[in-house]
Amino acid sequence: MDLMEYQAKELFAKHGVAGALGKTVETPEAARAAAEEIGGVVVVKAQVKAGGRGKAGGVKVAKTPEEAEEAARAILSLEIKGLPVNRVLVVAGASIEEEYYFSFLLDRSNRSYLCIASVEGGVEIEEVAKTNPDAVKKIAIDAGTGVDAEKAAAIADEVGFPAELRDQAITMIQQLWTVFTEEDATLVEVNPLARLTGDKLEALDGKVSLDENADFRHPEHKTFEVREEADALESKAKDKGLNYVKLDGAVGIIGNGAGLVMSTLDVVAYAGENYGGVTPANFLDIGGGANAQVMADGLDVILNDEQVRSVFVNVFGGITACDEVANGIAGALQILGDEATKPLVVRLDGNNVEEGRRILDELNHPLVTQIDTMDGAADRAAELAAHNQSA
Amino acid sequence: MSIFLNKDSKIIVQGMTGGMGVKHTTLMVQAGSTIVGGVNARKAGTTVELGGKELPVFGNVKEAMAETGADVSVVFVPPAFTKDACIEAIDAGIGLLVVITEGVPVQDTAEVWSYLQGPGNHGDTRMIGPNCPGIITPEESLAGITPHTIAGKGPIGLVSKSGTLTYQMLYELKDFGFSTAIGIGGDPIVGTTHIDALEAFEKDPETTAIVMIGEIGGDAEERAAAYIKEHVTKPVVGYVAGFTAPEGKTMGHAGAIVSGSSGTAQAKKEALEAAGVKVGKTPSETAALMRDILQNG
Repeated sequence: MDLMEYQAKELFAKHGVAGALGKTVETPEAARAAAEEIGGVVVVKAQVKAGGRGKAGGVKVAKTPEEAEEAARAILSLEIKGLPVNRVLVVAGASIEEEYYFSFLLDRSNRSYLCIASVEGGVEIEEVAKTNPDAVKKIAIDAGTGVDAEKAAAIADEVGFPAELRDQAITMIQQLWTVFTEEDATLVEVNPLARLTGDKLEALDGKVSLDENADFRHPEHKTFEVREEADALESKAKDKGLNYVKLDGAVGIIGNGAGLVMSTLDVVAYAGENYGGVTPANFLDIGGGANAQVMADGLDVILNDEQVRSVFVNVFGGITACDEVANGIAGALQILGDEATKPLVVRLDGNNVEEGRRILDELNHPLVTQIDTMDGAADRAAELAAHNQSA
Repeated sequence: MSIFLNKDSKIIVQGMTGGMGVKHTTLMVQAGSTIVGGVNARKAGTTVELGGKELPVFGNVKEAMAETGADVSVVFVPPAFTKDACIEAIDAGIGLLVVITEGVPVQDTAEVWSYLQGPGNHGDTRMIGPNCPGIITPEESLAGITPHTIAGKGPIGLVSKSGTLTYQMLYELKDFGFSTAIGIGGDPIVGTTHIDALEAFEKDPETTAIVMIGEIGGDAEERAAAYIKEHVTKPVVGYVAGFTAPEGKTMGHAGAIVSGSSGTAQAKKEALEAAGVKVGKTPSETAALMRDILQNG
């Protein structure tokens, strides 16, 4: 889960990382009040899970509470990369001398962690990485030994923080490492990390991604879920414990196993090329079980997607044999009753496939078409979606 | 021959008495695996009957290995306890550690991996997974959850990030059959990579061709492609899932995510093709490419 800046800063504050927390507000009036409370120059920043906020007009400096209100009004009416801005962070303006970049992240290739940092520019780090790659330090971190005071000092020296900031840097590096490990993050990024007037080192912005697999040991992370940011169908699916991602197309997809479902999306997109560019409407993995209730829950989410014109149920019977899956589909259609209104193309294969197909043949449901191969079924589902679109 | 697992493998199950453990230990016994016991500290000294076999429960992996001569452990314990279960098995010097558990925090896996690289790994343990279907050498042994009824014995080696795509491929090519099929798992960090499996298949005399299945996220496929170019002489057929996956969304598997422009299916496909790997557009087309190689050389 990616956090918004104000959430990342809450975690920073929890672990002692220097930097102003500011106030997160949802109306221009509240932004004005926050600016009054903070006093002096403030920065008003859009809180959305998207990069490039500054370029999109989502970050404004305000000299007075009135200006802060105006800035908040403008920013709250924005959409940044398709995301509405529902809240802004009002934070004290800082007098920046220099900008740096610092991050800890998961290093998949080396099956460990990496520190990426640079004292040559903060927000323009990607540009620096291109024009002056040597200025961007990449320091491997062993997952077993982590970052202690000694390692933090070694990092600070390799990155090359100015001598007068070295002690602050070492402290902050250890605090950021604590954020990374104790919060089960896969990314902790400070950009910019700034040298303020008076040689103070502060985190002016923060980005944190949390490992959802570790949610069981962080019940408090649940408060970071911002419901209105999530798609309504994705929220509904999440409530039902389904693994669902909303996409933009017309063919609803249900399958078992992440790899098979991803593959199904691709095969539908290829087939759709022959029908005016029909594409998949979603990713939905119902897992190994595929019983009637899970199938019904899945169909319920997909049939409530107004963009869906046809549904492709692609199940490979491995541990769960095809007859159980077929009974699941039959049961789901019974549970849904009249709410099932869109054509279903079903492809079953694997264990007990003959029995599974027989069950669906006997069901003889008007909405259900069985096709034996994945490629053939994808083609039929795409065709039905294209046909229903024009109808 | 086969890789990592054969008919002589003696398997214990960590978490054998839990729901998943009971179900899949039974299936492993039915598949013909030599299951010699399980581990559960709270039920040590008891026995459990699974798949018509009376299986002893031991207090820890070390004891189980000493009593049974086990060299493989399959882990079904819940995510919160997986790290400790793995460290215990590594400390005991297990040869092959197959971690089926889904939902393990990635920092736990990173710690286990670091431990495997250190002096703690005195038994030279190989880990497969986590979040994987395990490994099957058809007609010899199954250490994991792959349905053995769809797997035939033969000359193809299979390595895949995805469980169901593994099953799909085993099923489509059942008539030709497989030497060994390994599901390496879809997590960001896994113990055995495509490259490890490719290296072993290249050395295995009974494997004559290899199917490699990848998916979006990370750069494991790109690195496997580079490895194939340098070291693999046997024909390799590939498949990559996730061309239509949107950027920044996790597609079921914790590791299946396109970040910015990295980890895309297109980049992986291109890297594999540049290494001389034939890449199928769909799973069926991939199976057809393999058929063609086995029939026409």
